[in-house]
Order: sequence, then structure tokens, then C-alpha cells
Amino acid sequence: MATTSYRVERWTRQSRLFAVIIALVLMVLAIGPFIFSADITDRLTTLFVYVILAAMWNAMAGYAGLVSIGNQVFIGLGGYFLIRLSDAGVSLYPAVVLAALIVGLIALPVGELMLRLRGGEFAIGMWVLAELSHFLVNLDPVIQGETGTSLTALNAYPPVAARNDTYWVGFVLMVVLLAVVFALLRGRVGAGVQAIRDDEVAAASVGVKVHAGKRIMFVLAAIGCAAAGGVWLATTISFQPGTFFGIQWTAYMLFMALVGGLGTFEGPIIGAILFFIMESWFGATGVAYLIGLGVTALAFSLFLPRGIWGSVETRLGIRLLPVGFSLRLVNPDGGRDRD
Amino acid sequence: MTSLDAILDARGLTKRFAALVVLNEVDFAIAPGEAIGIVGPNGAGKTTLLNVLSGAYPPNAGSVAFAGHDVTKLDAAERNRRGIARSHQVPRPFGGMTVFENLHVAAAIGGQFSGPAANDICVEALALCGMIKLANRRADTLGLLDRKRLEMARALATDPKLILLDEIGGGLTDAEAQELVLIIRSINARGVAVVWIEHIVHILLQVVTRLVCMDAGRILADGEPRAVMRNPEVISAYLGSGAESAA
Repeated sequence: MATTSYRVERWTRQSRLFAVIIALVLMVLAIGPFIFSADITDRLTTLFVYVILAAMWNAMAGYAGLVSIGNQVFIGLGGYFLIRLSDAGVSLYPAVVLAALIVGLIALPVGELMLRLRGGEFAIGMWVLAELSHFLVNLDPVIQGETGTSLTALNAYPPVAARNDTYWVGFVLMVVLLAVVFALLRGRVGAGVQAIRDDEVAAASVGVKVHAGKRIMFVLAAIGCAAAGGVWLATTISFQPGTFFGIQWTAYMLFMALVGGLGTFEGPIIGAILFFIMESWFGATGVAYLIGLGVTALAFSLFLPRGIWGSVETRLGIRLLPVGFSLRLVNPDGGRDRD
Repeated sequence: MTSLDAILDARGLTKRFAALVVLNEVDFAIAPGEAIGIVGPNGAGKTTLLNVLSGAYPPNAGSVAFAGHDVTKLDAAERNRRGIARSHQVPRPFGGMTVFENLHVAAAIGGQFSGPAANDICVEALALCGMIKLANRRADTLGLLDRKRLEMARALATDPKLILLDEIGGGLTDAEAQELVLIIRSINARGVAVVWIEHIVHILLQVVTRLVCMDAGRILADGEPRAVMRNPEVISAYLGSGAESAA
């Protein structure tokens, strides 16, 4: 066979430009509390929580084929362990991280059980798991059943410090979790889970350990959702099990990932921003808002099944984040000399 | 051939789906670099044999040894890493990835290559399968012939010692199938053993030096292709009595 001169590119001009834009946005967000009003700071903290949740749901459903309607289990447990750690004297923000890691540890054995379930069974099984955890948490006297309890450690902070610190913790967790997803996707693990996303049988036939790939995404989602739950608790202060373990979280995560673009890195972030805008504008309209969310999600699944970003990527062939490879031939005729 | 020479040695393979016995104590050995064709009527157990050899299904009884090691208990992923690759009857591309990325996953994970070595084997496999110009196309935009090529190129990128091809010619025109014959010959010429299930017998006979005919979960005949095609049992089971003059 004739040798073919080529080079393999990962970064394109587009993705370099985009990386610069992202770096600038992140720099602005990093000093957010100094330049934004208290209200905007609070809202952005909520946006960070949504971005984390959307990215984690996508990590499971979009990449590992693990469609779950019970990821609120991790949000609830993240909040619960934050309460317990904080009560035990761990200072608040380290406790958010520690609680998330504890949930990740729990997810290891739980994942072994849940990942035996397939498709719809897994989806429903996760909801059952969420309800079960909800009841178990209610049994803890500290939680006082559905009444819940408060994150009293926050009272030790002046309100401004609490708002700003929660913002920064949310921001850092979002950046770190997105960076982890990005690093995974660029490496061997990510290549494997993207193969699993597209075809499990074919993935196994080229050496991909399908179960191991799913386990990694499951545990990552557990840690990420628990971190989001912790940040959410730090913004709302009161831990009511019914809210933290509520199915509405799944509706939000599903909306953000589907509308943004399942199985793409950028999609869920776009979905989270869109969801955040819809909630800010229409959230007060109550039922009409929920109907609007449902209709929007339905319209997307019917007319734009790849979501916003998936459609852009397919039609325009652009990738802002360099998770893939492209082959550039130095001599374009080099490949036509077979035989 | 003794089992010591074989790259793959399967013994007493039995596979049942509920009460249905699809493979019935099949013994099957493959020499390094050999090119074997498998024919047989629908439901004979050909694809199931491939699935049990590749590790997609565990057998109910029997053993599979590959390169001198017992791999019976290993899954498809582990067997691929050891050198067994396959193509699927209905192509299964990674649709959300480009053609090159399809191969790169295979090279990085199945072939355990990294860095420039991974890129090299991908480019080599693409060139061999005539797909260089399609390298940056999304795999879900490919037509059937290119999907079949991709199946082979991706399998090849794992640097296999044995490649199992499941009806690679199905659904193609004769001219298209001829193109694949050239590719499969060059794969085999590189020392990769080939086991090829195919209904289009004259295509198969351009490549293989040994032919196996299966029927009802058993191997009916196994040997020199022309001799197998003349075997009266093969004629009645597979070709039908009307085909005797043609054979």
C-alpha cells in the first residue's frame, strides 16, 4: 500500500475562536458578584445549577444510553448529606463537595444493581430509587418527615457573603464538572461512550467495555447532580424532601437536554440557558408555563429531534468544542491508489 | 490441522434459544491466515456461530480457544482486544461520528493504539477499503456500500488476527460486491484470517480456499470449496435438487 501523507486535526479555527470566547465569558462570570446586582447573581447561581443538571443528564442519556427519570435521587441525596455534614460541623462549602463525593460512592454499588436493568426498566427503576430514597431520608429524625429542615449553617454568614460564596461555589463546580465531561469525551473513555451512544453492539465489537463506560457516566452524573443539589440547597436554605426528590427535576433535565441537543457537549448548555430564560419570563404564569414547556419539548421531539445544537452540528458541520478528529490529506490523491 | 496450529479452535459449541437448538455441538478450527467461507440455508446457525465466536453470545456448552488461550468466558470487547474482529450483517456504524472517528475508536480501544500509531492504522485501513475521501463524512450519511466498507475498515482498525464477515455482499449489486471481494482479498493477503458468511456463492469462491456448509445447527460439509459444492448432502440441503446441474 502506498503511504498517504496526512495530518489529524482536533482543533479547528472555529473551535479556537470559540475557546477564546468561552474563556472571556468564564472570566466575566468569575468576577460576577462584583459586577452584577444581587438579583442577577442569585439568578446566575440558579443557571449554574441548571447547566450542571442538564450536562449530567446528558452524560447518562446522551452518551451512555441511560435514560433516567429518577436523577432527582442524586439531587435529593446531595442536599440531604449537605444537611447532615453541615450539622456535624463540616464547614458549608467543603460540605457541598464532600456530600457530592459521598453520593458518588453510594452510586458505585447502586449503579451495579441499576445498570442490570435495560431501557425502560432502568428509567422507571431510577424513579423507584428516587422515591425509595425520599422515604428513607424522611425517616431521619433530623429531617422531620416532609416538613424538612434548614441549612442553619448559612445563618453564620452575612447575607451578601452567603450569596456571593454560593455563586462562586456553583460557578466552580459547573466549570469543573463541564471540564471533566469535556476531558472524558476527548479521551479514550469518551470515544468509548460516544460509540455506546451510537450502537452498543458495534461498540462491544471494537473492544469497548460497554458496562464500564455506563458505570463511569452513572457515577459522574451522581456526583454532578448531588453537587447541583447542594448548591441549590445553599440558595434556597430550606431542605424539603418533597421538593428535592421531586419528579419535576426530571422534567427540567429532559427539557434542557432534548431541546438543546442530546448527545452533544454544547446542546445541554444551550438547553439550560433557554430553560432559564423561559423560566425567568414565564415562570410566574404557573400552569401556562408548564404547558408551554411541555409543548416546546413535544415540538422539538417531533420536528427537531436532534435538538438545537444537534441540528446545527448536522446541517452546518460545525463543532465548537474539539472532541472529535478530522483527517487532512497533504496530498489529496494519496488515498485513491488502492490496487 | 491440529489444534496447536489453529488461531481459533472451537469445540462442542452448542447454543440454544429457549427450546430451539441453533448450534449443535459444532467443532470448528481456523488456521492463521486462512480464508474460509460459510454457506447454508437460512436458520442454519451461521450468524449464531459468528456471534458465539466473536463473544456476542455466550455458548450453552463447548469452548472457544483463540491464539492458544481459552476465551470462552470473555465478552466481545475482550475478544476484540485479543484480535477477533467482525462486521455485522446489517451495518452498525457509529452514526454520530465521522468515518475517521469510527475507525479511531476501534484503533484506540480494540487495537490499544495511541497517538500517531492509532492515526496510522486508521489511515491504512481507510486506504485499503477505498474510504480515504470519506474520512470526514458523518457515518449516518453514508449509503449501503460505504456502510459495508466502513464495517470492514473499522474491524481492520482494531488490527485483528481474525476477521468474521457476516453477509457483507447482501443487498449489493454484483459490481459492488466485486469491489468488496478486492478489499477482502487484500485483508487476507495481509495475513488476517477471514471467515465469511455469504449467500452469493460465486463471490465467496473468488476469495476462500475452504468452504463450510451448515444446516440445522451442524456442519454438513467442510473442505475444498468445489468438493463441498459437489457434496450431495450440500446440494439437497442448500442448493435444492434443481440446482444440481448448475453446481
